[in-house]
Formats: sequence, structure tokens, C-alpha cells
Amino acid sequence: MSSLKPAAFRRIESHTAWRMLAPAILLLIIFIIVPFLLAFILSFTNERLIPRPIPTKWIGFRNYIRILTDPEFWQALKNTFWFTMFVVPTQSALGLGLALLINQPFKGRHIFRSIYFLPTVVPMVMVAIIWAGLLQAPEGVINGILHLLTFEQLGPYDWLHHELLAMPTIMLMSIWQGVGFQMIIYLAGLQNIPKELYEAARMDGANAWQRFWFITLPSLRNTHIIVLITTTILSFKLFTQVEVLTKGGPLGATNTLVRYIYVAGFQYQKIGFAAAASVIFFLLVLVIALCQHRLIQTDKEY
Amino acid sequence: MPKLLHWIYYSLLTIIAFLMLAPLIVMFSTSVKSDEFLILKDLGSIAAFWPGIPSSENYQQILADPNMPFLRFLLNTLIVVVSIVFLGIGVNSLAAYALSRLRFRGKKIIIAMVIALIIIPIESLVIPLLLLVNRLGWVDSYHVQIIPFIAHPFSIFLFYQFFNKIPKTLDEAARMDGASFFQIYWNIILPMSLPAIVTVAILQGLEFWNSFLWPLMVTRGVEYRPLSVALAQFFGRDLKVWGDIMAFTTLSSLPLLIVYFVFQRGFIQSAIGSSIKG
Repeated sequence: MSSLKPAAFRRIESHTAWRMLAPAILLLIIFIIVPFLLAFILSFTNERLIPRPIPTKWIGFRNYIRILTDPEFWQALKNTFWFTMFVVPTQSALGLGLALLINQPFKGRHIFRSIYFLPTVVPMVMVAIIWAGLLQAPEGVINGILHLLTFEQLGPYDWLHHELLAMPTIMLMSIWQGVGFQMIIYLAGLQNIPKELYEAARMDGANAWQRFWFITLPSLRNTHIIVLITTTILSFKLFTQVEVLTKGGPLGATNTLVRYIYVAGFQYQKIGFAAAASVIFFLLVLVIALCQHRLIQTDKEY
Repeated sequence: MPKLLHWIYYSLLTIIAFLMLAPLIVMFSTSVKSDEFLILKDLGSIAAFWPGIPSSENYQQILADPNMPFLRFLLNTLIVVVSIVFLGIGVNSLAAYALSRLRFRGKKIIIAMVIALIIIPIESLVIPLLLLVNRLGWVDSYHVQIIPFIAHPFSIFLFYQFFNKIPKTLDEAARMDGASFFQIYWNIILPMSLPAIVTVAILQGLEFWNSFLWPLMVTRGVEYRPLSVALAQFFGRDLKVWGDIMAFTTLSSLPLLIVYFVFQRGFIQSAIGSSIKG
């Protein structure tokens, strides 16, 4: 190789690079970039899944107007929003709590860590079905335990078919499934905090609470951001557990943005309309992602 | 006093462990009860956690049901996930190698593009993709579940970051010995990147083992349907036979749980790896 002239060598290097990139780039273009652009284009048409005799027409912003005036869309957005607003902080706080518990030096911590992480490995469809069993009404384990704990004062409830209870129930189930993930991220963050910080604080007479408040929490700043953003985006994609358990019911109380897209595009085959909903969904995710970059940027200055 | 504290501490850990395991215990215990009336009665009380005298009847029923061929669904899922993981590792690491090691015009733009693509959620692409595969006539096949997901921006990014940390002096030494770029990638870089390969394999593997929305739209019958969709369909029937449902769920969760217990460290590493996303 060294016998080649630099220019010739450069050319070989650049050709090789493009050949190595070709499969990935080709696939990314066909299956991400083209569909992405297609979503924008289709959103201004009345395209259907199955080709019709009448040709597809440009209909301007009509899909967007229809979506934004559709109470079902706003309900789905509101549900997704509340799910995220409740699940993200709760799951993160519990994840941090578990990480703090596990981070103590004691025998058997690895076993507990493995157990707490276990539910994240069970696919969501299976989780949903297992919980459907637990949530049976009137004769389900959760109703049974509630009955026992409240001395037969509360319950039984039909958790998944009750307009006010269905969403909180899905939240609870999702937290159970996902909390091990946050725990692991926080655990990694905790282990990166220099031990000297704690020793210095102890010498200065700081108690456990002060050490947590003034050392642990601020040192985890980056971890907080990471956990918050990944969990937010994951929550925003809420679909599987809802589709399996409630199909968005009762009366749309558990419908979500992704399910709204799915129903419009797949069940009603209104591709143009669903594409417009996809664009709106993407823009919302983009806003969240940009907020993340903002937060991380300010962190660098700090 | 420390002893008491110790005791409180372990009790707390054990209670949480029980909460995390309880649903899985109920799943298993219910799956080995053959009497459906007993199951319904037990589900309403603490007895739900107790398997009683285990029977394999539900499992035999599930495995013998011609309308719900469990092994076929498992095979479908395996074919899809294994193909995505293997082809993905090849395609994505090769691209990442070029981005990390070779000099060419437009490299910065490609890197920026890959990072930008990470943000796009699959959920916002499924509708145009559905139209695309419909017109291509790909619906109801294995490749419709595999090909669109081989190239994975986040996997390229993870490989790229990992390769950047491998000292370049290794490449230069190999190049002096007359190795080609591909040989350097294959003989030097890949063998040193086992941790990155494991992380990517687990992340992509879990993502597509879990995938539900896409196969729900593009598979029609038993032939290509993965476990997740089949299970949801089985569960969706009006008459809920809990013994059978839980046996099916147990069987479906088992492969992944086994893999988890074998490669625990890898799973935990990849969870940490996935968090740098975005």
C-alpha cells in the first residue's frame, strides 16, 4: 500500500468508504428518509391504503384541520400527555430510590438488582396479559388484596373498564414493567460519583440526608436528564398495553396518539389522514428531543 | 441497632422483590392449574400465588392446538429477530467503521445525518411504510418484518463511538503489513468490539422481540405472525380460558427470560448503553 501515490491511495480509501457505507445508507434512505418525506407529502392528500378508481387528490391542510378539530384527537393527546406527566416523574423517582437501595454494600445485592430488572425483559404484550389476569373483576388478585387490606371496605373494581380507573391502572402496570430500567441507569450514575466527595462531606459533619441533597442529587444531573428524556419519549409512544387491554376504551379514556394513528391508517385505511397525524406526532417528539439538547447544552456551560 | 437496621433493610428489599415477581408468580401458578373453575376461584385470593399440585395439561393443550401453533409463532419471531440482529450487526458496524476510520468527502454530513435519524420514532413512519410495503406486495412475509429494520441509526452511532476509542496505531501497523481496509475491519476492529456487538445485539434484539405495532399491520395469518401478535390475538378471544392463556404467556416469556439469566451482565450493560440515546 505504501508504494501507492498519496492521491491514488486517497481515491481507494474514499471508494472503499462509500462501498462500506452503501448498504446502510441505501436502507436508511429507503426505509427511514423516504417514508419520512412521504409522511409529509401524503399528509396533504386523501390517499387510501387500497388504490381506488378515483385518483388521489391534493387537499391542502384539510387533514390537519380535521385532526385539530377532532375531539378524539385531543382526548388521545390529553391521555398521552397525562400518562407521560405521571409515569415519567414517578418511575424516575422510584428508579432512583431502588438504585440507592441497591447501591449499598451488602450481601446479595446482585440478586436483588437482577430481580428488579426482570420485568423490563418481559415483552409488553405478555406483561399486559399477565396484568389482565391480576386485574380480573370481580375475582382478581388485586381486588382480593384490596379487599383484604381495607377490611372489605373497598372494591371490587372493574379496573380496566372503569372510565376513571383504566388510565391509572395502565400507568401502574407500565411503571412496574419499566422501573428497573431507570434503576440501572441511576445505578451507573451513582457509581460514577467520586467517593472522596462523600468522605469530605462526612468530615465536615454532613448527615445522610445532607449528603444525598447536596452531593448525590446534583452529581446525578446528567443522569436525571437522560432518564427524563428517554422515559418521556418512551411514554409518548404508548400503544401496546392499551391496544391489548382496553383498545383505547372505555369511551376513549385510554386512547393514545400512536393508537389514533394506527386506527386511522390501518383500520380505516385513511393513509393521508394518518400521515398528517404522524407528522404531528413526530413534531411533538422533536420538541421533546430539542428540549433535551437544550438542557444538555446548558449543562456543558455549567 | 445496626442489626435492627440491617433487618429492616433486607425486609424492604424482599418486599420490593416480591412486588416485582408477584405477577410472574401468578402467571406461572395459574398456568399449571388444570381446573378452570379452581383458577377463577384462586385468582380472587392469595391462592393465586400457589401452584398447588402442578399439572402440564394446559401446556399440552397449547402445544397441540392446531389453530394456535405456538412453535410456529416462536419460529417466526426467532427468524425475524435473529435475521435483524445478524444482518444489522454486519451492515451497521461496517458503516460505522468507514465513518470512524476512513477519510472521504462528505463524512461529516453522513455522521450528522445518522445522528439526526436517531430522533425519528418508528411510530411516525409506520403509515407511509405500510403504504410502501403494500404497493411492493411485501405484506405477510418475513422480509417485510426484517429488511426495513436492518439499518439502525442508533446502532451505527454506538459502533461509531466504540470504534473511535480503539487506538488508530493498530490500523496503521496492519496497513504497513499490507492489510486492506476490509481486512482491518474484519480481523482487528470487529474482534476487539465484542462489548459493542453484545450491546447492539441485545438492544436491537429486545426492540424487535417486543415489536407489536408493525407486525400487527403487516401479518395476516399464522404463517408469518410473530409471538407478540399471536398472543394478543389469543388473549383477545371473548371467552378467557386463563389456564391456557397463562400457559401460552409463560411459554412466550420463557426464551427471553432464559437468555436474560445467561447474559445478565450484557443486558444491564446494554440498558446503560441505550440511555445515551439522543
